[in-house]
Amino acid sequence: MTNYVHQPLFMTGDEFSMATFSLLDPEGELYEGAREPDLPRDHARRLYQAMLATRILDERMMAAQRQGRLSFYMQSTGEEAAVVGAAAALDDADMIMAQYREQGALMYRGFSIDEFMNQLFGNELDYGKGRQMPIHYGSRKLHYMTISSPLATQIPQATGYAYGQKLAGDGHCTLTFFGEGAASEGDFHAALNMASVHQVPVIFFCRNNGYAISTPSTEQFAADGIAPRAFGYHMHVIRVDGNDALAVYEATRQARQIAVEQNKPVLIEAMSYRLAAHSSSDDPSGYRAKSEEEAWRLKDPILRMQKWLLKKGWWSEEEETSQQETLRREVLDTMKRAEKRSPPPLESLITDVYADITPELQRQFDQLKRHIRRYPEAYPRGARSLDLEVNTSTDSQGEA
Amino acid sequence: MPTMNMLQAINNALDIAMAEDDKVICFGEDVGVFGGVFRATSHLQEKYGKSRCFNTPLVEQGIIGFANGLAAQGSVPVAEIQFADYIFPAFDQIVNESAKFRYRSGDLFNVGGLTIRTPYGGGIAGGLYHSQSPEAYFTHTPGLKVVVPRNPYQAKGLLLASIRDPDPVLFLEPKRLYRASVGEVPQEDYQLPIGEAEVIKEGTDITLVGWGAQMEVIGKAVELAEEQGIACEVIDLRTLLPWDADTVVESVLKTGRLIVSHEAPLTGGFAGEIAATIQERCFLYLESPITRVTGLDTPFPLVLEKEYLPDHLKIFEAIRESVNF
Repeated sequence: MTNYVHQPLFMTGDEFSMATFSLLDPEGELYEGAREPDLPRDHARRLYQAMLATRILDERMMAAQRQGRLSFYMQSTGEEAAVVGAAAALDDADMIMAQYREQGALMYRGFSIDEFMNQLFGNELDYGKGRQMPIHYGSRKLHYMTISSPLATQIPQATGYAYGQKLAGDGHCTLTFFGEGAASEGDFHAALNMASVHQVPVIFFCRNNGYAISTPSTEQFAADGIAPRAFGYHMHVIRVDGNDALAVYEATRQARQIAVEQNKPVLIEAMSYRLAAHSSSDDPSGYRAKSEEEAWRLKDPILRMQKWLLKKGWWSEEEETSQQETLRREVLDTMKRAEKRSPPPLESLITDVYADITPELQRQFDQLKRHIRRYPEAYPRGARSLDLEVNTSTDSQGEA
Repeated sequence: MPTMNMLQAINNALDIAMAEDDKVICFGEDVGVFGGVFRATSHLQEKYGKSRCFNTPLVEQGIIGFANGLAAQGSVPVAEIQFADYIFPAFDQIVNESAKFRYRSGDLFNVGGLTIRTPYGGGIAGGLYHSQSPEAYFTHTPGLKVVVPRNPYQAKGLLLASIRDPDPVLFLEPKRLYRASVGEVPQEDYQLPIGEAEVIKEGTDITLVGWGAQMEVIGKAVELAEEQGIACEVIDLRTLLPWDADTVVESVLKTGRLIVSHEAPLTGGFAGEIAATIQERCFLYLESPITRVTGLDTPFPLVLEKEYLPDHLKIFEAIRESVNF
């Protein structure tokens, strides 16, 4: 029904004010009036342990990158609660379509350290066959879509995937992660509008971590963050404290109910902070103050949940120490194994481009093999795959 | 055997695919109750319901992004882009996503179920933005298949094959022929092979290669040439990626002469790819330079469309020059 007025009335959105849902304060105490979510002990421990394991994996792998053992890495430091809290609120068979900084969700679902390492080192056991840069994980059995570097492309895909889930009627939904920077891409708007029009069980989970590489969110959008955009699509929306695992868990749990029971999309904006650099190739000291980082360090999501667990008696200092030691050792041991493994076979250059290798591709490959046989020293990995003798001291790892 | 125009043949193929498999889903701008601006999806919503044939918002990148996700989930999306001229907002989703989905995941995930249908080409007074032939942008993208039918019979058989093909297919429909091309089309289900060219006329003096609506134009030029006693061999490539070089090579080894014709501009057009391959594989057998008869290196015109297009007279002249070289 059209509501006519007879004086011009301009609006800016300032008429609304988005509240932020938060349950735990930085000391791990429930805020007054906050109700503890129905999160059983084992589930809470699983959530926490995945956050902790993610932090340790990130620390070790960043160090390995600095030692030159790895070509590239991306940490999720500071955002573990946003990612793992969301994953913990899903059914393990719900699809996750992530951006790239969501290794915590995979960790929560049980991706092994070996599986992480095989991808990071692009060895013969990497599911992606050494084709993508480090951190582009994927797992079919864990319902985690393989990461794609182009930003925001996964968002409309999540709408489509969830539409298929709705037609299949299996009671599952899709959750897609993206950053507040990626939300500027056209794909974001396309995805939200289509999901709302077609009533699709999808959760759009925005990690608002303050920065898109060096660009602060103040230079990314003029409005109050990403959440108010939902109004334009007539979509359910909630803004949540991204450093509060309990709040993220509860918000996502309820969002999932809306998605699956009502076939409606939900937008969640988790307010957090990227404590680490964008990637191993970035140095934040060029664009932000240390003091800003320090302020956010005090809101560490892992410490916050740890304090809550300790108070409940669901976790102990001893467990914390032994868990950290065990994980560090496991990461180092698996890293050593993974980096020693063979590279993917030469044939993986031409497989999976199409379901079947085309005759033209086979012809090009045969030509390449003849060339490598002629100059094996120049192509140590290919030569190794073809079982050719290579008379050189070339260290193939050094080429990464 | 019933007679159909190309739209009816396409509609019939979609109908068969949807009846056979619940996972086949058709969508795009105006494809729902209206049946598409050209009516290729007429009555499909009526027959299969709104959840399997529907309108999308007006957002090409969203349509293909949605289609990629739906295909990854295991459905069989047939997405329509209303005009090939408007496919470019979806370029990223097609080139970086559809084409690389299987490869980048090591075959954990794929969008093989995806077919993108889109009308292309000129000759309908459509100007810059309703006439383009963008095939060469996509033939440069490993992981995609690019298919173009020349008549109703081919359209039905190739579309059914595309929908069932295990790789994502860009299916370019020559819109000038939508209603103009009429022919016998079997009512029943059949497929034509993807990746195989067809020799539609044998001859010994010169080979002409094309695809889609250009086959009709080549046909007219060949009639003129035959009147002058030039025996032409005519090949419809049908699939541009991966293309059937062997069939063209075999023909040129016999005729020693080759003309390739397409509506798209000359520079960077797919004819260049064919010419390069054929000179490499038939070098010592060539009697004259390989010739390309194409659109000009300009945007597609409106009022001077006739002058721009590589029509039968331009092709006929190229045939004469090649034979008299």
